Amino acid sequence: MAIKDYIRERFFPHMWCPGCGHGIVLNGMLRAIEVLGLNKNDIVMVSGIGCSSRISGYVDFHTLHTIHGRALAFATGVKMSRPELNLIVPMGDGDALAIGGNHFIHAARRNIDLTAIVMNNRIYGMTGGQYSPLSGYGVSATTAPYSNIDQSFDIVELARAAGATFVARTTTYHVQELSNLIQQAIVHKGFSVVEVMSQCPTYFGRKNKEGGPADMLKRMKDMTTPIGSKAKQSHTELIERGIFVQKILPEYCSEYAGIIERAMKGH
Amino acid sequence: MGKSKLIKHIINRDWCKGCGICVEFCPQNVLELDEQDKVRTTRPESCIGCKLCELRCPDLAIEIHIKE
Amino acid sequence: MSGIIRFLQGNEVCVEAALYAGLDFFAGYPITPSTEIAENLSLRLPQIGGKFIQMEDEIASICAIIGASLTGHKVMTATSGPGFSLMQEALGYAVMAEIPSVIVNVQRGGPSTGLPTHVSQGDVNQARWGTHGDHAIIVLTASNHQDVFSITVDAFNLAETYRTPVVLLFDEIVGHMRERVIIPEKGKLPLVDRLRTSVKEGVDYHPYLPREDGRLPMSDFGGGHRYNVTGLAHDMWGFPSENPQVIHGLMRHLIDKIQNNAGEIARFREYDLEDAECVLISYGSSARSALHVVKNRRKRGERIGLLELQTLWPFPHRLVREKCAGIHTIVVVEMNMGQVLQEVKLSVPNPERVFLANRMDGVFINPTDIRNILRLIQGKGV
Repeated sequence: MAIKDYIRERFFPHMWCPGCGHGIVLNGMLRAIEVLGLNKNDIVMVSGIGCSSRISGYVDFHTLHTIHGRALAFATGVKMSRPELNLIVPMGDGDALAIGGNHFIHAARRNIDLTAIVMNNRIYGMTGGQYSPLSGYGVSATTAPYSNIDQSFDIVELARAAGATFVARTTTYHVQELSNLIQQAIVHKGFSVVEVMSQCPTYFGRKNKEGGPADMLKRMKDMTTPIGSKAKQSHTELIERGIFVQKILPEYCSEYAGIIERAMKGH
Repeated sequence: MGKSKLIKHIINRDWCKGCGICVEFCPQNVLELDEQDKVRTTRPESCIGCKLCELRCPDLAIEIHIKE
Repeated sequence: MSGIIRFLQGNEVCVEAALYAGLDFFAGYPITPSTEIAENLSLRLPQIGGKFIQMEDEIASICAIIGASLTGHKVMTATSGPGFSLMQEALGYAVMAEIPSVIVNVQRGGPSTGLPTHVSQGDVNQARWGTHGDHAIIVLTASNHQDVFSITVDAFNLAETYRTPVVLLFDEIVGHMRERVIIPEKGKLPLVDRLRTSVKEGVDYHPYLPREDGRLPMSDFGGGHRYNVTGLAHDMWGFPSENPQVIHGLMRHLIDKIQNNAGEIARFREYDLEDAECVLISYGSSARSALHVVKNRRKRGERIGLLELQTLWPFPHRLVREKCAGIHTIVVVEMNMGQVLQEVKLSVPNPERVFLANRMDGVFINPTDIRNILRLIQGKGV
């Protein structure tokens, strides 16, 4: 199937701003699904609130557009009640890690087989450019007019510490890597996290004088490096990309199937 | 590398928002934005079919068809 | 009634009834005084192949059951006071997206942490109006374990019929008290399953196009129809819409499907109303004390009766008006500052004759409390 077979074409052109990284994530995710050849009836996409979460409206799967920060909790209910379905949960950085931070770490801890894609553009776009827990110290936002004093999370380290069994990071510049990592995350049995550094030219870019979409993509190329590269040794400020965690541990729904078996036998 | 590829650029003008990402990162300068800020192919003969424009397009507005 | 006789806590009865009704997915978070529901279901659900999960908070719990309901399961969560407050946003989501679900709130004293181990009926209005925006909702309650059983089964039936969240508003006394209950044999109580669409795969399915009777045939997530579910105002396909006509239709549908069936949904019991001159109106555990007062006073020849409400919302205004026609003195017995009192006053032509007999100090209102207030109303002094 072509990637157009996976979208709801009647809603295009989509609502995102020109040059928004979220469209590139959508693009890469669709290619991942196309390569895997998944049946559309077997995919449930659950999203929360924000620019990123509108992605669910554009794809021709079972789509559940929920409330702010809670997508993983809804997805947990869907997955546990129908473990054979593929659950993909795209979230924004604020959605996943501010209001939804608790659900994020607990879904990771359970190692439930969900694919969490964090579209990290370091800003609240839908509400007009407020700082998020990923904005970082010193950036400018509509709620940080004197510059931001909040330190940011490292999504990879957070996901690793919380128990996610697949953790990867890439950017919207590295589109082949993006598609490839999402592919592996979907296939992975357990809680998988893909952080995609994404650009918001409209708010983050403008507020922080990072130029247009192409300039922001170039910055992503320049500020990142593959895990274990030589460049990292001489330029420690570089952000690493690639797969950070990939391990097999008991998955939650499989474990619960064991509980059912024991309960039915009378322990 | 044989030059036997037949490459077709399909651009959906209704979906293109003119962000310029494809133009900027095309390794062969095949694309440009027209007066309406929509992408168009100006030097199709130089295209090497790397598909980076298609993959990076946030609007799903570019399809590159390659016949070997 | 034939069945198995058990001696159980109200919370345990709720569990038995939920399983009887077909519950097979529960998500919850520990909180007094409702925790026994989660504990029992963690044991019982896997025995029948059902699923239990303890989530990280009450918000996640209600979200998880909404997700599970969409795949075609009968779902429930249970909580108390603060947990119910946390659930309000997602409760509104279940209203908007029309997700069959049962939410138990075993009430304790509030506001805030309040009185975790003491009784209250202070969440009556929260259950109705706690989530933001105009909406309709069904809220049921019961005073004794036999009724806890049947009303819990009813809650599932109504949730499935009207595709709506149903709140079971029990209280600490009902939840923790032990008494005899007969678990009916299978098939004794009618069970309702949601309507499933008959539209074939590949044919345009309108997940949010109600039938003429307001019911909405559903397609399970994972099935042959892929559609969108959202908390945004949406059209008949489930996609966001800002079209005023579409939104008007949606709002009317969400409210009318409940309000137009208020008579159908109204559950109640009545005791000695035929010739009553004074009517007590009560619900939940306080109705037990009210009933005691009625029985006692009848023995002494007083013409007093009890209307026990089991459906609190949509409030049965017509029922109350009919049952209180010509009644000189109406006394609402409840453990709050008069939440049902206000609705009763709205229902009758003589609101100045509606009085409140209440406690809100964490102590169960007993027959003596009610008797003392009755004497005051009747001008007899305490």
